[in-house]
Amino acid sequence: MVDNNWIFIGVFLLIAGLFPAAPIIMGSMIFGPKKGNAVKSSTYECGVETVGDTWVQFKMQYYIFTLVFVVFDVGMVFLFPFAIAYQQVSLFAALAVMGFLFIIVGGLAYVWQKGALRWV
Amino acid sequence: MDFFLNPLGFIREWLLSLLTSIGITGPAGDFALIVLGTVVVGGLGLTLPLALIYIERRLIGRFQDRIGPNRVGPEGIFQTVADAIKLLIKEDITPLGADKFIYNLAPIMAVVSVLTMWAILPFSYNVFGTDLNVGALYFVSVGSLGTLAIMLGGWASNNKYALLGAFRTVAQMVCYEVPMILAILVPVLLASSMSMNAISAAQDQVWFLFSAPVAAFIFFLTSVAETGRAPFDLLEAESEIVAGFNIEYSGMKFGMFFVGEFLHAFTVGALTATLFMGGWTGPFADQYPLLGMLYFSLKAFIAYFVVIWMRATFPRIRIDHMLELNWKFLVPLALGSIVVTMLVDKLYAEFLQALFVEGARAYVRGGLLLLGNLALAAGAMVIATRAARYMRLKEESDKYMPVVEAEHGHDDHGHDDHGHEPHGVVAAAH
Repeated sequence: MVDNNWIFIGVFLLIAGLFPAAPIIMGSMIFGPKKGNAVKSSTYECGVETVGDTWVQFKMQYYIFTLVFVVFDVGMVFLFPFAIAYQQVSLFAALAVMGFLFIIVGGLAYVWQKGALRWV
Repeated sequence: MDFFLNPLGFIREWLLSLLTSIGITGPAGDFALIVLGTVVVGGLGLTLPLALIYIERRLIGRFQDRIGPNRVGPEGIFQTVADAIKLLIKEDITPLGADKFIYNLAPIMAVVSVLTMWAILPFSYNVFGTDLNVGALYFVSVGSLGTLAIMLGGWASNNKYALLGAFRTVAQMVCYEVPMILAILVPVLLASSMSMNAISAAQDQVWFLFSAPVAAFIFFLTSVAETGRAPFDLLEAESEIVAGFNIEYSGMKFGMFFVGEFLHAFTVGALTATLFMGGWTGPFADQYPLLGMLYFSLKAFIAYFVVIWMRATFPRIRIDHMLELNWKFLVPLALGSIVVTMLVDKLYAEFLQALFVEGARAYVRGGLLLLGNLALAAGAMVIATRAARYMRLKEESDKYMPVVEAEHGHDDHGHDDHGHEPHGVVAAAH
């Protein structure tokens, strides 16, 4: 039989989706008025008509930050199995993992020195 | 079975007998219980914001030297109910050119991401939704769904303010996840388990707040940043981008973003209580689960109070400062705290543990870790202040601003040595 915990999580995801969906559907279908018009559903920009497309190419900076995040995230997930086994490993193994940490620090130093962490 | 010794088991037995009597047995009965359990935990999570919003508005009122909502019902306790009804009967507007499916999905996802965290919160040692053996990673992963929800909502609205809010989300919430995960690693390391219940139980004698204060500080700060609330409310900064990612949302869809945010703030309190303040542990909590639930809620509300306190006290952080605080201070500090914890803990276990009697070991270990953390914090503060001073002096000497120089001529910042040379034209290069 499948682990009960994950059945719980699966059902919980469904329920957690249904709970907020119910008032939204109730509000928009039953209780809310439906008197839409073109001006009401136009883009809100403090009264000024919107100029140009919204979905444009965006700044490279955001992409770089996300890339740095992905690199760090992957590196850190490797640390979790080690953290659980930490109380059993020897001092040498702990030092070896510290070597891995220093590689992460090296990555941070590299992106820092490259100026990728600057907001420009 | 006694209700006071095992409330969940008692209710479970009772419900199982009830289900058997109407002919539902075996796996079907188990599944019915699971569904019921999720409905109870989810319902608790979703109705709590009604109370939380009221509490927070009253507290913020007090912080700002006013009363707060006090008209609807005695002391205004029905204010949020009235607000919810108002949101329910508002018209639901979808802006022109919006990506309809994603636009409607985003508010639901914002709530799902927070609500699913409640599945693993241990309210007491035998009262919890479920006890995953990867609990710590689980809540990080569902938490990042919230980031995605805000990004999607901002992008799909077809509005430039909303898009700016979504961009800022990328910069803020994505980046603050890095030190948060690093900070979570420390309690996992000390408890050698990722199960939230085991992490709570491991703090029976010494809270991780004392044996890992640096990690606790980082976790708390970054979690608040993840909620997107003041002082980290750049993604909906009212004075800059009107309402940010939720500008085009009306009615209950806006309400769901609102609920998600307030529930997230309380969940931050609950997670801080679980990971660093001992969760349900306390005197007699291992005998009476209801007492454990009381301890847990008290600790969660204390942490939640600090979240509100921060919101009321600090002004909004500037975006470049926000990113520098994350990458150049919190990430190195979190890495440092992992190294310090690993070193102190291992050295203690290898060389010192045998010297102490069984009962004192946890306290000695906690004390040593506290000393290590204090040394780390002091070192970090010295480096940070030195670096800030160095950068400020460099910036001042790079600039050539005679008016400012004249104004500052009388203070004691040591301007005399570079009062007249304009050697900073290079600064314009970027």
